[in-house]
Amino acid sequence: MMKLNVNGADHSIEADPDTPLLYVLRDDLQMNAAKYGCGLGQCGACTVIVDGEAIFSCITPLMLLEGRKVTTLEGLGTIAKPSPIQQAFMEEQAAQCGYCIAGMMMRAQALLDRNPKPTDDDIRQTLQPHLCRCGTHMRILKAVHRAAELMQSAGKAAPKGAI
Amino acid sequence: MNSPITDVSRRSLLTGTGALIVSFSLAPSASAQAPAAVPDPTANPLTMKVHGSLSVDPYLDSWIKIDASGSVTIFSGKAELGQGISTALLQVAADELGLPMDRLTLVTADTGRTVNEGYTSGSHSMQDSGTAIRIAAAQMRDLLIASAARQLNVPVCELVVSNGTIATKDGTSVAYGALVGTTDLHVQAQPVSNFREQTALKYMNSSVPRLDIPAKVTGGAAYIQDMRLPGMLHARVVRPPSYKAVLKSLDTAAIEKMPGVVKVVRDGRFLAVVAKREFQAIKAMRALAAAAQWSETASLPDQTNLPAFVQASAAKDYKILDQHKESNPGVTRLEARFTRPYQAHGAIGPSCALAQMDKGVVTVWTHTQGVYPDRAAIAGMLRVPPAQVRCIHVPGSGCYGHNGADDAAGDAALIAVAMPGTPIRLQWMREQEHAWEPFGPAMVTEARAALDSTGKIVDWNYSVWSNTHSMRPGGPGALLAAQHMEKSIAPPPPAPLPLPEGGGDRNALPIYAFPNADVMHHFLPDMPVRVSAMRGLGAYMNVFTIESFMDELAHAAKIDPVAFRLAHLDDPRAIDCVKLAADKFGWDKRAKSANGRGTGFAFARYKNLAAYCAIAMEIEIEAETGAIRILRAVAAVDAGQAVNPDGIRNQIEGAILQSASWTLFENVSFDDTRISSIDWSTYPIMRFNSVPMQVDVHVINRPGTPFLGAGEAGQGPTAAVLANAIADATGQRLRELPLTPAKLKGAFRI
Ligand code: FES
Ligand code: FES
Repeated sequence: MMKLNVNGADHSIEADPDTPLLYVLRDDLQMNAAKYGCGLGQCGACTVIVDGEAIFSCITPLMLLEGRKVTTLEGLGTIAKPSPIQQAFMEEQAAQCGYCIAGMMMRAQALLDRNPKPTDDDIRQTLQPHLCRCGTHMRILKAVHRAAELMQSAGKAAPKGAI
Repeated sequence: MNSPITDVSRRSLLTGTGALIVSFSLAPSASAQAPAAVPDPTANPLTMKVHGSLSVDPYLDSWIKIDASGSVTIFSGKAELGQGISTALLQVAADELGLPMDRLTLVTADTGRTVNEGYTSGSHSMQDSGTAIRIAAAQMRDLLIASAARQLNVPVCELVVSNGTIATKDGTSVAYGALVGTTDLHVQAQPVSNFREQTALKYMNSSVPRLDIPAKVTGGAAYIQDMRLPGMLHARVVRPPSYKAVLKSLDTAAIEKMPGVVKVVRDGRFLAVVAKREFQAIKAMRALAAAAQWSETASLPDQTNLPAFVQASAAKDYKILDQHKESNPGVTRLEARFTRPYQAHGAIGPSCALAQMDKGVVTVWTHTQGVYPDRAAIAGMLRVPPAQVRCIHVPGSGCYGHNGADDAAGDAALIAVAMPGTPIRLQWMREQEHAWEPFGPAMVTEARAALDSTGKIVDWNYSVWSNTHSMRPGGPGALLAAQHMEKSIAPPPPAPLPLPEGGGDRNALPIYAFPNADVMHHFLPDMPVRVSAMRGLGAYMNVFTIESFMDELAHAAKIDPVAFRLAHLDDPRAIDCVKLAADKFGWDKRAKSANGRGTGFAFARYKNLAAYCAIAMEIEIEAETGAIRILRAVAAVDAGQAVNPDGIRNQIEGAILQSASWTLFENVSFDDTRISSIDWSTYPIMRFNSVPMQVDVHVINRPGTPFLGAGEAGQGPTAAVLANAIADATGQRLRELPLTPAKLKGAFRI
């Protein structure tokens, strides 16, 4: 039995300690966003954020995650209350099949958290580990730029120190 | 047996309505949506061309059902593959019915509920299903209006429809729901429809946001991979190491004792494990793979000389064009050979299926492109009547043609039959998808042409060598599980797909007007490498060839490549499309090639009967590495009436990026026995460092004209525009796909 903190909530997990986080999220916690794409750290479909860093959940075993904070796309917002990056991907219609999108969004979110004004080049370099087979890349880039704008205006709207 | 809850929530999620769909009975006779018997063709005045899939099932209520509460369900036999079809179909229906889109619910591809519309492929969805639904909606609206006129005792012309209510001028009104009880909607469509005026359309011609995107960007259940049935167990298959491998020995005892393992399924050389947890299934799969002893046979062609192998294969020859007219004599002659390797669909999400056997009926949830053919294949494999199998489409990762989806459905069904009652979730591993999916076939083309003294093509001679481009089910032998089981079923013999759409010869007929032309299709029945339909089929290679060669000819004639194309085109819509792309790109003002920079142009009409697509492109080649950077791509597309222009732009942008990836990077590799490109490191595709700097797509909307499929229109032009831009930048003509930086580097250094 292991404790896992996902999107701010603690869970007790029964899976074997060598189980990759991906399967814990999908099967034990019945979450959908992190996707199985390769299980090899080659495509990015499974990307989530752990303590501020984007990681491949398909090759990160549960045993490394005790006491760390996992954030998934579900933790950013909902259809009714989308986060800036979710809003941006909807505005830009940045999906075809969308299978790669959740992973893209998580790595982009980690980038925006440490660099709120990334250049186009920053975004391209950051997303290099991610594959999209539908060829949605142009819209993904636009959506990340748009997310940065939305975060800026949200930041301005909220007084400093407010949540 | 009832529809599981998961299905209901998925549908309401996809349609965004939250409306609940009533569960249903499997007995076809109990359902108003059961496909009607195909009527006597001599009596059926409806045609696929004009009436879409109504020609398959002409009953209006097979497509649209309105119940007494006024809720409206649209039924399409086509599937959402990430192309946005579910949104576009509802736009069409809402406009013709005069209803807000959020009052509609969509049910797609389900052998228990929808019409048999064959495959969702070939950019046919809007042409076939969109047209059928539009006509059914328009005629149903008119029937309801006629019925309202009788009920309210006013002439039809005094009635107006809005929001599903029919009202007189003085405000008396009656809702659709109140009319359905007294209006016979189980009637056949009439040949002529009364469509709404273009100006009255609220949804068509406008970029309605896709209904499936909100769930996809917030972690909602949106894919088959996200389906969870109560009591579901996880399965993995172990595939042979190569196509012809024979299982010599296998001791499963140790694997059966592994934690969580519930069953090891063995049927001939079909092997699978079923476990309680997904990662337990994966560990057991690895152990099972390690325990299996195989003997293998070398059966694959020599990859280093693939084009020679293709051209030397036994062929059935089809002369598909033989046209001779008076012309000027040819003074300049050119000829060239082009080649394409096997290429992979490479879905980001490996194939997945769920299956459950209950009371003798196997229900399979699958991301197949064709629920009816898949059902027939699975039933054939299980040796049961089709009525004992039900296939329900659930969206998966984008597929781009016939990938592992049908095979995974067959796998899941075979495992489910071995464990009656238990829902099985089967997911392929990355290596399995890469090694076992049916690839896009290797191809060779040869083109010869003669120019007269004015720079016009007077003679054109073209040959294409190719396997079939469809080994879809078909019979049960199309499924890997059926091939591998003890009572093995061989794949059906391949056949060329008929023209005008064609397979290997798709787009092999030139769209340009040439006085003399002959075109030969060398159809190759032997398939040492597993192949089938991949986005665009032969059009990708044929357009790559024709549009590369047109550039070579323009160069030889010393005529601008765009002007050269225009001089050989006589279809006004083709001309408009070429001109628009050239104009938006600024073709006439473009910089001369210098310092590794170059520009190119290409055009095609997909299948010579679907959407038109022209692309202009500017590239830059890095001198030291040979790496190709797409600086700018500008496309023009004419898809007839553009139901959702942004949806079309999205498809064409995607086609440009995907085809650029095929064209610049992709090549299935193998030794004499095994496929060796089995993941993303051995089968590299485009990553962000090769993504274009800018892509603009301009949609030519032609309201009132038929929908033309656009989903595959960009594949061929992209390949050629890249080759043409590379030739402009370097003076080097590359004719062997993929146009890798490695090939180019040598060429560029000279
Ligand atoms: S699934 Fe984790 S990187 Fe591909
Ligand atoms: S949108 Fe389909 S893989 Fe990216």
